[in-house]
Amino acid sequence: MAFTKKIGIAAAALLGAVAFSNLTLRAQEGGAHESPNPTRQTWSFSGPFGTFDRAQLQRGFKVYKEVCSNCHELHIPIRTLGQPGGPGFTEDQVKTLAATYTVHDGPNLQGEMFDRPGRPADFFPAPFPNPEAAAASLGAAPPDMSLLAKSIKFERGFPAFVFDALPIPGGMYQEVGPDLIYAILNGYTKEDDPNWNLYFPGHKIAMGKPLAAGQVDYTDGTPTTLEQYSKDVAAFLYWAAEPSLEQRKRIGARVMIFLLVLAGLLYFTKKKIWADVAH
Amino acid sequence: MHGHSTFEPKNGVVKWLEARLPILSFMHGSFVAYPTPKNLNYWWTFGAILSFMLIAQIVTGVVLTMHYTPESTLAFGSVEKIMRDVNWGWMLRYAHSNGASMFFFAVYIHIFRGIYYGSYKAPREVLWILGVIIFLLMMATGFMGYVLPWGQMSFWGATVITNLFSAIPFVGDEITVWLWGGYSVDNPTLNRFFALHYLLPFIIVAVVGLHVWALHVCGQNNPDGVEIKDIAKDTVPFTPHATMKDSLGIVFFLLLYCWFIFYVPNYLGDADNYIPANPMKTPPHIVPEWYFLPFYAILRSIPDKLMGVIAMFAAIAVLAFLPWLDTSKVRSAKYRPIYKIFFWIFVVCAVGLGYLGAMPPEGGFVLASRILAVAYFAFFLIVLPLLGLFEKTKPVPASIADAVLAKHGSASSVAASAASAPQTKG
Ligand code: HEC
Ligand code: HEM
Repeated sequence: MAFTKKIGIAAAALLGAVAFSNLTLRAQEGGAHESPNPTRQTWSFSGPFGTFDRAQLQRGFKVYKEVCSNCHELHIPIRTLGQPGGPGFTEDQVKTLAATYTVHDGPNLQGEMFDRPGRPADFFPAPFPNPEAAAASLGAAPPDMSLLAKSIKFERGFPAFVFDALPIPGGMYQEVGPDLIYAILNGYTKEDDPNWNLYFPGHKIAMGKPLAAGQVDYTDGTPTTLEQYSKDVAAFLYWAAEPSLEQRKRIGARVMIFLLVLAGLLYFTKKKIWADVAH
Repeated sequence: MHGHSTFEPKNGVVKWLEARLPILSFMHGSFVAYPTPKNLNYWWTFGAILSFMLIAQIVTGVVLTMHYTPESTLAFGSVEKIMRDVNWGWMLRYAHSNGASMFFFAVYIHIFRGIYYGSYKAPREVLWILGVIIFLLMMATGFMGYVLPWGQMSFWGATVITNLFSAIPFVGDEITVWLWGGYSVDNPTLNRFFALHYLLPFIIVAVVGLHVWALHVCGQNNPDGVEIKDIAKDTVPFTPHATMKDSLGIVFFLLLYCWFIFYVPNYLGDADNYIPANPMKTPPHIVPEWYFLPFYAILRSIPDKLMGVIAMFAAIAVLAFLPWLDTSKVRSAKYRPIYKIFFWIFVVCAVGLGYLGAMPPEGGFVLASRILAVAYFAFFLIVLPLLGLFEKTKPVPASIADAVLAKHGSASSVAASAASAPQTKG
């Protein structure tokens, strides 16, 4: 039809103008400041039916505990490690683990602060008394890790960002955060500069290369490579940031099925009601 | 509308109530017997969808409030506690934050529907203006709600938007300090925003009441834009016909809404809002929620702050004048071939402005948003007034029944009338 054609042309012209200005901008911007976008990794928890890999979360926790926790706080209660949908530690394991931490508590009845062994309800203790102290000793304050995997991102650009929301193959991209963590841990590509990172915005990062192959012992025979460590710790951090993921997707499937059936029933009811009405 | 009710109470208690407060016959007249044009399409289900979303926001919001703490050092943590420790808290929070987006998505479709089918024209001007007021209240509510989790984007979004008031000549700075309750966005700001965020949705409920009242006085518009002539021939009773169709529309909408809640819950939000507010650290790009982006793009397209603010508010206010800016006697774009083209260009401009609002205000993006901002206003201020004077419209059917007949009756006669209708040139 004539209109549709004209609308099409008009729309195309407008989009063209926008795209053009976009391109000129990219051209101006280009060069040294750009970081490449991290590649999309495969994760067990991606997609509509994704779940966490318990063994991977346990390995990731080990990496966190032995390496990252020296600088980064993880502000979640220790008991979460035993919650359903998580790394799957048993209650006893969580208790034993909690007791290995020393928690500063108080004031007691005498009005004094004291140290005691940790309990599952305690939060993982922070390595520094406050962010200022951390910044003073490390050059910048390491971010708290409880939401890190949801709070960092990179721009996907048009049109990729549209497909990221959709239930299509290659769509439903929700793992930007873990991909970026993985990329940063593998992004120390300048031998001579331990604070240069290919994927960190601006490339200068106060965190020197924190992980190297063989640094953490794995007892289950998983290769102790940098890639494997980074994947495991990124998966662990995604769980820490989104502990309800498994429950969410499980309930989601039921809700969607219910709604689809309901939609079908309503559709035929509506059809019947309107059957004798020309409209 | 009055007098549609065929409600005859038989039960004694109902009779007793009816004699004192005829609320049941009122409900019956408004939502059961109420005559609905038979030719409504699915774009008309968005009214019901919006009512559903308003209630969904209130229900999830009230329950969230039971666990939320409106205090600047505790707010972020209380939202995280909702997400992690409150039973079903993650679902409530995701339903509420994505619900706001869905609410705006529906209202934009509802508004575009009104513009396409000329639903703002006499006698529905007041109905339309009430709609614009609801839209404004929704924007205020959404904006203040986004501040509540007290993340980086909450804080900096609030700072940028409240700072706009400082552009007002002479008293701007005083007004901004008064809005903040201090010399920057801080705990007092969070407290008042929370109070207002709780209050405004109920004001919206009241204005929606007026909106529906006005609707039931004038009757619904319809895709052919002709008034109801004969209730028996042109309409069907609201229940079960519209009720069933609206329910189906709501369920389809729920599928979309639940996709967001359960599968991509953080897609529409900004990752920066998972970082607690830090007044010492400005994020590299401060971007408002997606539903404000077209207006944000208009704001930034003008270098002068005051003029930008005026343009942004004018972009919303101009909607209220639509009934008088559009000079055409014909309502529906179905019978307005040139208007139809401009309408779609307008949609593309609005969406384009939304995209540009999310881009950094540099280089080509600024130029593009200027072009689209001019196009946005030109649609209302130039195209609509002139089009009514010059456009050759197609013959409008005499009644809804005729329109339906033309669609279903003889296909050949429809084709013939379409071919003989004056076509547009160029
Ligand atoms: C020696 C201390 C130290 C250790 C150990 C450490 N980090 Fe860091 N990390 C930092 C500091 C400091 C920063 C802040 C960098 C900046 O802002 O320049 C940081 C930043 C980061 C960032 C970037 C966050 C952003 O804002 O983009 C990631 C990701 C990260 N760390 C992950 C890890 C992981 C995973 C581990 C464990 C394998 C780890 N870090 C171990 C000190 C450390
Ligand atoms: C017009 C309807 C409403 C809209 C559009 C709306 C919008 C929003 C938005 C956008 C947020 C931020 C969500 C986030 O990013 O976390 C929010 C948060 C919140 N809203 Fe609402 N809201 C509405 C109604 C209500 C009502 C009626 C209440 C209470 C009675 C309420 C209580 C809350 C609370 C407590 C929060 C903070 C918790 C959180 O951030 O999730 N809202 N609202």
